[in-house]
Amino acid sequence: MGVAGDARASVVSRRHMEAGSWRLVLAGRLLPYALIGPALLVIIGVLGYPLGTLLWLSTQHYGLRELLQHQGVFVGLKNFQAFSIDPQFRYVVQVSVIFTIVNVGLSMFFGTCIALLLERVSRPVRVLLSAGLVLVWATPSIPAINLWQWMFDYEFGVINWLLTHLGAGNYIHHNWFENPIQGFAVITVIVVWGAIPFLALMLYAGLTQVPRELVEAAEIDGARPWQVFAMVTIPILRPVFLVLFSLSTIWDFGVFNQVWVLLNQRPNKDYFLISVYSFQESFRVSQYGLGSAAAVVMVAILVVVTFFYVRQTVRLTTEAI
Amino acid sequence: MSRRGAQRTLFDSVAVLILVVMLFPIYWMVSTALKPGKDILSLTPVWFPSNVTLDNFRTAMSQPFFWNDVVNSLTVVLSVVAISIALAFLAAVSVARFGFRGRTAFVVMVIAVQMVPLNALVIPVYLLLDSVGQVDSLLGVIAYYLAIVLPFMIWTLRGFVANVPVDLEEAAMVDGATRVSAFVRIVFPLVAPGLVATAIYGFIQAWNEYIIAYVLLSSNSKQTLTIWLASFTTQHGTDWGGLMAGATLTALPVVVFFLIVQRHVVGGLTAGAVKG
Repeated sequence: MGVAGDARASVVSRRHMEAGSWRLVLAGRLLPYALIGPALLVIIGVLGYPLGTLLWLSTQHYGLRELLQHQGVFVGLKNFQAFSIDPQFRYVVQVSVIFTIVNVGLSMFFGTCIALLLERVSRPVRVLLSAGLVLVWATPSIPAINLWQWMFDYEFGVINWLLTHLGAGNYIHHNWFENPIQGFAVITVIVVWGAIPFLALMLYAGLTQVPRELVEAAEIDGARPWQVFAMVTIPILRPVFLVLFSLSTIWDFGVFNQVWVLLNQRPNKDYFLISVYSFQESFRVSQYGLGSAAAVVMVAILVVVTFFYVRQTVRLTTEAI
Repeated sequence: MSRRGAQRTLFDSVAVLILVVMLFPIYWMVSTALKPGKDILSLTPVWFPSNVTLDNFRTAMSQPFFWNDVVNSLTVVLSVVAISIALAFLAAVSVARFGFRGRTAFVVMVIAVQMVPLNALVIPVYLLLDSVGQVDSLLGVIAYYLAIVLPFMIWTLRGFVANVPVDLEEAAMVDGATRVSAFVRIVFPLVAPGLVATAIYGFIQAWNEYIIAYVLLSSNSKQTLTIWLASFTTQHGTDWGGLMAGATLTALPVVVFFLIVQRHVVGGLTAGAVKG
């Protein structure tokens, strides 16, 4: 629109200013607050307030008796002290961290590979594959867990049959959940399978925004394909990677449904990821204070990990507006 | 065949292989749902259902509380979508179009709040609702889901509103439109895909949510479909045919909605996330 547009715009805004009495000015000042007001109220009321309560609860002894009286007993940092000497809690944190690293790593790896593949296949195959990915993405997580539970069933599960008949050994009547490492492998399969479509499609959308000329220029200068990927593609995709990495970390560190539903709501201690542990302590053992403290540890770890992402996003967003 | 052609054929076959592996679980869910019991509980898998039956779907639908829970799920989801879209849109307009004191703080809050894993808040939400006697009511669940979806919706919609040039609005105002009508006629249609994308996002989140509904809704008549799916597993084992039929039924609305608008969803997510 250029200069003419700017001139026209300023005429409009001048006319508006002249027309505006102090009442309009006041209304204009308050309008943005009125617009964010309802959303702000919900977010603070339903997220902020419980978050504060969570912190408060983590300093309390809050068992069954306290639940009936709606009143906890303040114990300071005792819950956290209990964690620091509790070998079970150390196991929980270690397993959660390893689980997150493996799952984020595998999801990002396969997501990136499939995104790159999408760029290189012929058109009909690309349409088919992205439609398939969307279908997987759209499958809700609880039905998805149920279907994998069925596929890994020890008696009639199709996976045991396939592995046995593909010559991977005797998997007839093999129970995957007896050994927690195998059990976590199954959970990882479910998480990664569910995460791939979103990551691959987002990364593919990002890839299509990499300027063709840059890639060609690099190729003319003699760059090999992996060099093009490392020197051109990755730097341009950096913001997308950062978003996806942070989101994946949040999701995988908070994994609960897969463990809970897969193990029929009675996971044994080997399967306690941090969110499962927090849930178990609160709603099964009725130690809401300890459960809250575990949740606080979970939030604190995530805040540290995703800090850079939040800072970058805030910077980009506030620059843009 | 040229080297490039051979390479493309290789990529194509790898892609088809990945497609088959990714889609097999979904195929297996639906085909199990369509098989009679003896084909499901067979030591050699029956790859293609030969005698297709709808018995499993009938079992699932006549399971206690199925229709009850369908209504609950719909009530929760529709309330969440309707309210959240309205609130998020207003907030997005405010952030994208007005400069005001506290805007940066609001944006920071909206982004930071998304970093809190929602599982962590189950305990305080349960205790708070318990102390006011609102456990086991759909209202508490709706309020909580609203708060879950709002930050992301505001953030995404902000991108859409910001992408509509202010010039367009002003040009309409020069041509005699009022501020409101310029907004309704110019901005609204351009933001519509974003509204659809975020509405679907809200729909999916609310429809799929598990842990909050699991903790808050204890009586059978109040539960949502994701919780209802557990009813196929008893001490005597799991009714796999019924469970797969139930899972298919639960997944269906989401899949249908998602397929209709997936283009907008991918576009919307990248608009919000990538362009900043």
